[in-house]
Amino acid sequence: MFEGYGTDNFYDEMFLPDGSPRPFCQTLIERFSRIPEEDFATRRAACDAHFLRHGITFNVYHDQKGTERIFPFDPMPRVIPANEWDHIEAGLTQRITALNLFLHDVYHDQQILRDGVVPASLVEGAAHYRPEFRHVDVPGDIYIHICGTDLVRGGDGEYYVLEDNGRCPSGASYLLENRNALKRAFPTVFEGAGVRPVQSYPEDLLEMLHYISPHREIDPVCVLLTPGCFNSAYFEHCYLARQMGIPIVEGRDLVVRDQFVYMRTTQGLVRVDVIYRRIDDDFIDPLVFRKDSVLGVPGLMGAYRAGNVGLANAVGTGVADDKAVYHYVPKMIDYYLGQDPILPNVPTYLAAEEDDRKYILEHLDELVVKSTNESGGYGMLMGPSASKKEIEEFHAKITAEPANFIAQPVLSLSRCPTWTDGGMRGRHIDLRPYIIYGRDVRIVPGGLTRVALKEGSLVVNSSQGGGSKDTWVLSH
Amino acid sequence: MLSRVANALYWMVRYIERADNLARMLEVNEQLLLDVAEPGLALHDTFWRPIILSTGDEELFNELHPEGGNREIVHFLSMDERNPNSVRSAIAQARENARTVRDQLSEALWEELNGLHLFLRSEDAERLLRANPPHFHETIRKAGYVINGIVSSNLAHDEAWHFMDLGRNMERADKTTRLLDITSFLPSTGAEASLVDHHWTAILHACGARNVFQTIHREHPTPLKIVEFLVLDREFPRSVRYCIDRADAALHQISGSPRGSFANEAERVSGRLLASLAYGSADEIMEEGLHTFLDDLQAHFNRIGEAVFREYVLLPESDESRPPIPAESVSAVVAWQLQQQQQQQQQQ
Repeated sequence: MFEGYGTDNFYDEMFLPDGSPRPFCQTLIERFSRIPEEDFATRRAACDAHFLRHGITFNVYHDQKGTERIFPFDPMPRVIPANEWDHIEAGLTQRITALNLFLHDVYHDQQILRDGVVPASLVEGAAHYRPEFRHVDVPGDIYIHICGTDLVRGGDGEYYVLEDNGRCPSGASYLLENRNALKRAFPTVFEGAGVRPVQSYPEDLLEMLHYISPHREIDPVCVLLTPGCFNSAYFEHCYLARQMGIPIVEGRDLVVRDQFVYMRTTQGLVRVDVIYRRIDDDFIDPLVFRKDSVLGVPGLMGAYRAGNVGLANAVGTGVADDKAVYHYVPKMIDYYLGQDPILPNVPTYLAAEEDDRKYILEHLDELVVKSTNESGGYGMLMGPSASKKEIEEFHAKITAEPANFIAQPVLSLSRCPTWTDGGMRGRHIDLRPYIIYGRDVRIVPGGLTRVALKEGSLVVNSSQGGGSKDTWVLSH
Repeated sequence: MLSRVANALYWMVRYIERADNLARMLEVNEQLLLDVAEPGLALHDTFWRPIILSTGDEELFNELHPEGGNREIVHFLSMDERNPNSVRSAIAQARENARTVRDQLSEALWEELNGLHLFLRSEDAERLLRANPPHFHETIRKAGYVINGIVSSNLAHDEAWHFMDLGRNMERADKTTRLLDITSFLPSTGAEASLVDHHWTAILHACGARNVFQTIHREHPTPLKIVEFLVLDREFPRSVRYCIDRADAALHQISGSPRGSFANEAERVSGRLLASLAYGSADEIMEEGLHTFLDDLQAHFNRIGEAVFREYVLLPESDESRPPIPAESVSAVVAWQLQQQQQQQQQQ
């Protein structure tokens, strides 16, 4: 199964440069090697069939037929040894703490802007900054309750933070279902491997939702607010709601009366205490944000401001995961916590700054350029593989609106053995752990490992030909 | 439970039941043809056209297939996605309703329904229908049994379940009246008229009632006896009276009011209808005219359905704070909603 496998000068998650397995992967690789290839292919196909039949799918945008696709699943797990995970966990906890302190600050006294650590123009000009919510207090001063922080490992073996997703990060359902699928199809590889379980995620999520209820004296009514069944992540919304045992609602199911939120039920109106919302700020309340939103709940922001309903995540968190603000997160960690960042950032150039812009425009063919307003791999330029026309287009866009773009060097992402038509081959991967911030910070061991299935590709997004793997964190 | 969810569950079950009944009707018709196929008979007018007339899809069929044709009818009713009432379309709609309330369904139920939907969209289904139509329709009927089995044995019998029970029995009552109505469209003259007897028996078959009927009546089924059995029987699960009894029970379970009284319009109409079925006779029905009687029943079913919608699904109060939607037509509203749902950037 591993014949002809080479690490090709990349950092490989499972093999050392000399071709021998990393010690903590030895047993796993032996077990996989013992599975005959035909058998392996059958079990792999069974996983795909399972995902399709259970409707564990996502919708592809810009596709008129509204096709549902499965997120391709690769059965070879990605393994993280205990000591590395401790390092990641400490780094993420530090980072989420700083981000929440930053959000509280920019929505209150703005000390960090006045001290000139982060440019005020950057925050005030950020697309997702919500000045309407300055001086509004949120439960526990927590803004980002659920964060999906994307990590990559460079050629030096070091983990870097690629971006923080602090608005509506998706993918946690795949983390859970990938584990289920792998356990069903390849039960023997788990035996005695010491893989830490991930099942607690929905419980942790629900506990956090209870924690942010403004009405502590009662058992709070929590709901998950979805844009609807045409949204790409609709499967996940249903999945998480069911795992938590809470209702999934659409905007039209909710109504606001006297600054309290209610849901319409067959027995009349029932008060809602906490909303896990999977709708963007822009669409959440047509009275405050986009007037033409048909997905939101008129008056919801009034109820929220009055402190009558808890919202996860809070409004306005997008200013913290802005791709330009990202550059300043290490400075925030120093400013608020007096610590050095445990997990470093990827070096980032801001087109808004003149020197950086000059560098970016001269090196477009070497850099990854990202629009600060888009996510999911849309609006992105991969310099080394881009055509001349694409580079010219980005040149024009950056010159016209520099504040909307940042650039980063192309990282040599680590690779992990992945099943391909030609057998096991190295493919680039990243890692998205899910951080829950309620009474305390909890991070389910591992996260979602995404893999770029195309040879040489560095883009792991589900919408752009990526797949995913089960992520193992070892307990010893 | 959420009003929207109640509505979706109600319709999910109705669409499943609709597909199941249509498949039964087609399966029985195919079997019947094997028994009576004599050269020279106008099979189309005798066997297939009445089905299209009873489902109310004649106009669309004639538009899509001006040439007619029996195979075309079977395909049109089974697999044509342009026909909103085909088996395939009904299952697709059931599945779409299920998708909007997935969190409410057991994994097994979703899996079975989604599996059936995927099958009906596959080339396998097209092949099976071409090669062996009765087997195709049997497959649908059996999937219906599995789904109903999961609903009755695998879900809590809570409010959601009562809405599903309500939907299933309303649809079933409606479909039994439509099966019986086929006899109103049969040729009344010529050699084909002698086949009318076969049709009546076939209707019993389509309801899965042939054996039960024989056990009870021990005589050759006459139209009068069949009407009595399929409309007025107290115990047979597809008789109109039985279905309305169950629907009425479900309505009272939902509202919590005792049976024999009413707390809303739906219960009032169902209670009165139930009384008229309980004290009615087949002679009276035939005297009034079967077709007129069935039409009247269907009108009552619609009134119950509308009253349920008003009571439980329409908003408790009209919502004036929602800004009007700037769109000319319903489809534009749907498209707009779809676009916004998709614009939501879930951070992938």
